[in-house]
Amino acid sequence: MIRELHQKLLSQEITAVELAERYLRVIEEKDSEIGAYLTVLRKQALEQAFLVDERIKRGEPIDLLAGIPGAVKDNMALEGVRTTAGSKILDNYIAPYSATVLERLQSVAAVILGKTNMDEFAMGSSTENSAYRPTKNPVDVTRVPGGSSGGSAAAVKAGMAVWSLGSDTGGSIRQPASFCGVVGLKPTYGRVSRFGLLAMASSLDQIGPITTTVEDVAIVFSRIAGHDAHDATTAQSGNGKPFEEYLGGEVKGKIIGVPKEYFSEKLDPRIKKVCDAALERFTSLGMVVKEISLPHSSLALPAYYIIMPCEVSSNLARFDGIKYGLSVNDQKDSSPSMGALLETYLDTRRIGFGAEVKKRIMLGTHALSSGYYDAYYSKAQKVRALIKRDFEEAYRDVDMIFSPTAPEVAFPLGEKTADPLKMYLGDIYTVTANLTGVPAISFPIGTLEEGGKLLPVGGQLMGKWFDEENLLCVADAFEKAGK
Amino acid sequence: MLSIDEVKHIALLARIGLKDEEVPTYQKDLSAVLDFFHELEEAKTETIEPIRHITGTQDVMRQDSMDDFGTLGKENIIKNMPDTKDNFLKVRSVF
Repeated sequence: MIRELHQKLLSQEITAVELAERYLRVIEEKDSEIGAYLTVLRKQALEQAFLVDERIKRGEPIDLLAGIPGAVKDNMALEGVRTTAGSKILDNYIAPYSATVLERLQSVAAVILGKTNMDEFAMGSSTENSAYRPTKNPVDVTRVPGGSSGGSAAAVKAGMAVWSLGSDTGGSIRQPASFCGVVGLKPTYGRVSRFGLLAMASSLDQIGPITTTVEDVAIVFSRIAGHDAHDATTAQSGNGKPFEEYLGGEVKGKIIGVPKEYFSEKLDPRIKKVCDAALERFTSLGMVVKEISLPHSSLALPAYYIIMPCEVSSNLARFDGIKYGLSVNDQKDSSPSMGALLETYLDTRRIGFGAEVKKRIMLGTHALSSGYYDAYYSKAQKVRALIKRDFEEAYRDVDMIFSPTAPEVAFPLGEKTADPLKMYLGDIYTVTANLTGVPAISFPIGTLEEGGKLLPVGGQLMGKWFDEENLLCVADAFEKAGK
Repeated sequence: MLSIDEVKHIALLARIGLKDEEVPTYQKDLSAVLDFFHELEEAKTETIEPIRHITGTQDVMRQDSMDDFGTLGKENIIKNMPDTKDNFLKVRSVF
């Protein structure tokens, strides 16, 4: 889609301003119902588009993504723009600088239409934990779009953005992509800079693109990836060749591993059927499907739900009512009294954070506290080492690993909000890629009927570390073979 | 199951004010997740080193220098502060 729009811009069939206006109009028409955007940047978007048009008129070369309108999750800082992370504690926060990924997109003149809704601080799998409003799934507005990047996935699905950025700590790009029937990539840990991303769990977080096709994911990914001096965990990797140029490469003979632990009798037979058909398509493309074992699979979810809240409790300690954001202090005018500072902390965080965020901060605080560290955090990091070893073993025999993205399709709004543990179980297939750091992509592999609607099912391919090239190649071949 | 006092203690450590009527909900929810963690006990990890950095990166060095945000940048940072005096951040008294 991006390539076609780029051609239309070059041939002046459409101007970048017209293109931006077209998408802004769809936002006006649809977003009161969908609720994908928290902030729409009409003025900035049209200004950026105007500059692209000027360059085209002058015959200057432009990037593939120049003038192409997209949206970014509201946990990425954009200078001069309100950045809330879906939380009331940052309701009035105006970012004084831009995230590296957004600087990079602006440097190629991509048009940013706005900031998208999300579960508060990216904690959730349905976008119902947003402190502002839930987002609805454009496929069926009685259902959730997934989360936490639900706004980003819904914006793309509803035609309110060509591309979007999400962040993925335990599946937050891939699961909403699956629920909305679009494509989402969580890159290898260290591929994309996290500078300017409001941190959730720093050893797991990665930023990645959501689009309607694999090629578009590759195009956006190429422009945000790479080493950044502002994020010491980014790697010097790749040879500078854009990822979209790898597409169309040979996929014949590639070996796809299917972990037997992921396809137990507990898996919904309707989803298994869609997965079986997907595996047949891989075979028809000349790839080899091979059963493998990841013996520690069942431990991934509990390990994740220890490591993540520990890092959350540490990262969110900065929201204290002192430096920025919400500050609550009922005794403001009284004389300084013993404990005034502590009261500010307690009141600000009680009022500013939602229930799920408070719960995870408390879980992490408990797990890291004296006497519990070894039993929880240290144990979980050891289990993480075992899970990584499973993957290293598996990748001796296979090139990538296939599974459904989620054990379910988009569920009705409100269905799981009362039972948080049930919500966590939906992350079963996605958290391992974050724990091990491998890249993983979710793409549509079929649909199943529920409540009279055809709901998208997403398939997930996990690749070797820093091997997005092969992952994108295979997902692209799969997508094209289905057309 | 965590006790009511344990939940209150954790909340204080986490600097989160809880109202008394909220405590039982957190007691139930936190305990459910902590029970879920027990599944890890079956894993044999006596000889395993915990993960430090997932892709093995270590000792990344950089110049010990500062980036100047400029006058405008500084103003934008100060604008986000809840309370200021003469361009300084005003903090609640500790005592």
